Amino acid sequence: MIGHKLLKLWSSGRSRWRLHEGITRCGKACYSSCNPKVCIVGSGPAGFYTAQHIIKARQDVEVDIYERLPVPFGLVRFGVAPDHPEVKNVINTFTQTAKHSRCSFYGNVNVGKDVSIDELQQAYHAVVLSYGAEGNRSIGVPGEGLAGVYSAKDFVGWYNGLPNCRELSPDLSCETAVILGQGNVALDVARILLSPIDSLKKTDITQPALEALAQSQVRRVLIVGRRGPMQIACTIKELREMVNLPGTRPEMVATDFEGVAEALKDVPRPRKRLTELMLKTALEKPGEKEQERRNKASRIWGFRFFRSPIEVLADPNHNKIAGIRLAVNKLEGSGEGAQAVLTGEEEDVPCGLVVSSIGYKSLSIDPSVPFDSRKAIVPNIMGRVQQAAGLYCSGWLKTGPTGVIATTMNNSFDTARSLMEDMDSGTLDLSAAKPGSQSISALLEKRGVKPVTFSDWEKIDNVEMMRGEASGKPREKLLKVEEMLQDFSVNAGH
Amino acid sequence: MATSAAVRSSMGLTLRLSRVIPDCSTCSLYRLRSCVNSAANLQRTGSADSFRTINRHLQTSIGLYHSEEGSSNAEDPEDVVNVVYIDRSGQRIPVKAKVGDNVLYLAHKHGIELEGACEASLACSTCHVYVNAAHFDKLPEPEEREDDMLDMAAMLQENSRLGCQIILTPELDGIELTLPKVTRNFYVDGHVPKPH
Repeated sequence: MIGHKLLKLWSSGRSRWRLHEGITRCGKACYSSCNPKVCIVGSGPAGFYTAQHIIKARQDVEVDIYERLPVPFGLVRFGVAPDHPEVKNVINTFTQTAKHSRCSFYGNVNVGKDVSIDELQQAYHAVVLSYGAEGNRSIGVPGEGLAGVYSAKDFVGWYNGLPNCRELSPDLSCETAVILGQGNVALDVARILLSPIDSLKKTDITQPALEALAQSQVRRVLIVGRRGPMQIACTIKELREMVNLPGTRPEMVATDFEGVAEALKDVPRPRKRLTELMLKTALEKPGEKEQERRNKASRIWGFRFFRSPIEVLADPNHNKIAGIRLAVNKLEGSGEGAQAVLTGEEEDVPCGLVVSSIGYKSLSIDPSVPFDSRKAIVPNIMGRVQQAAGLYCSGWLKTGPTGVIATTMNNSFDTARSLMEDMDSGTLDLSAAKPGSQSISALLEKRGVKPVTFSDWEKIDNVEMMRGEASGKPREKLLKVEEMLQDFSVNAGH
Repeated sequence: MATSAAVRSSMGLTLRLSRVIPDCSTCSLYRLRSCVNSAANLQRTGSADSFRTINRHLQTSIGLYHSEEGSSNAEDPEDVVNVVYIDRSGQRIPVKAKVGDNVLYLAHKHGIELEGACEASLACSTCHVYVNAAHFDKLPEPEEREDDMLDMAAMLQENSRLGCQIILTPELDGIELTLPKVTRNFYVDGHVPKPH
């Protein structure tokens, strides 16, 4: 079969296969300037999966990925919890894409400031926006700006080494912390707050965060949601991690679970398993061993349902928070579409730390790009930005800020397919050659911007891993952009 | 057709060949301390679980290593497991595999577009496949961790499994694995995106 023969050709000599790549679909031998050039803004999972799919689909497309930070990988590096290293394995896939001959990475380039979308569109046949959601939804209540109130985005950024969260210095000297929101990010925050320090020591959590958590007085974390147990947004893996977290015990309100067991009959499997685990944890009398474990536990966690924040209460003497006032809700309707309705009742919960985990939010990158500020996404149909030829989007910017890496992967492959369709059908005009990175690099140089290449990142990567070795961590992340921009070639081998 | 299959295979190989290397010191799993085979991690997890996974991993890497070399030699017929992958366009791709092969890495070896983002660590659902009815019941029950990850997969069905957890045995000869079509209408048809 032809396939096998070509395969043997490939495995016997890679360079012979490479020659084939120079021949375009139109059959004529081509100079690289004829090749379609695509630019991707953002180097997180969306950017990389879109690039991967495009490169695989057409042998002539060149893809350039631009990233604002000197380091790639977006939320895989800055969002995934330090104690979830397996989730970060996807970096290996992204690394292979970045090192492909038709892919280039340009870090330290702020699209919207160092170069405009318009300039990118002039240099490339297509531009894909995959820059995710760097903002967060605000709670919208008085007292939200008080010391002691943080967005989960910033809190996670702090323990994961996001440069602009370096100086967060959250005050962990209180006993009770309240997390608003019950998604996986909320559970990550709860778990990091209550994990035994020894299990965090061997992760890539930042050193300042590790030290702060080692001194933390937080012993009780309440994870608060507007609706009920059947609407909780987290997934079972994260719930199981809380249930099994050493040194902790669960504390729930039994009445919150009235009617839940009965409602489970016709519910799809994922929701059913999740709810059953919650019911078991909240209501079932534990066996002897588990009871003993709970008695010895010094840290407490629990869900609180049917509560919406109405005000963050200030400690009059210390200009920081003293507690949070919550409105009591009841549910109208059931299932995913159930609505929380105020009952008029209120409840004050004393606490010294509030982490608001109610959603990330995308921001507009450039006034020339259509942006739906209500949904906080770029309006699109199957990844094609509406009313903007040659502009595409993928990832959270396309669908809103929910979804795990697998979701983003499918989403990005969809956008790549739309782009490929447009190239094949002629909707995207490929007849004129485009300069691609040649012109953008010239522009950046004129503006004093020095892009970080992927091999520069590999040097940073090595430095971080070497620094981590000393303390038994997979890496010790560099925390400042200036540090990342250092020339490491001198220091290689230290 | 044949050309695109070849492109797919070679791209698959280009992208996946490094994963077949059994040398731990070059493996990012080992570097990230997340390889269950490494001594460092054995101490960390300390559970009986890791032994089961170790055997699986050892089988996997050894199995692949051998079949890599063996593809041009005569194969022991007792060892051959015939597998059919059905890709997202509905195309049937028959593959001759060996007992002990891992369905995910076998797919990679043949350029089939089955992602394995977390590299078989039960931390994602990107290797989600549907198993044909005749063979589904022959598979050992999924462990709880696999079920947890399956719960996150799009278009979960009764016959869903994670490819990285399926190790080929002689009873699985003739197994058919279908890649889920995550359609263009994934978000347009009112489906609610999974929470993060």
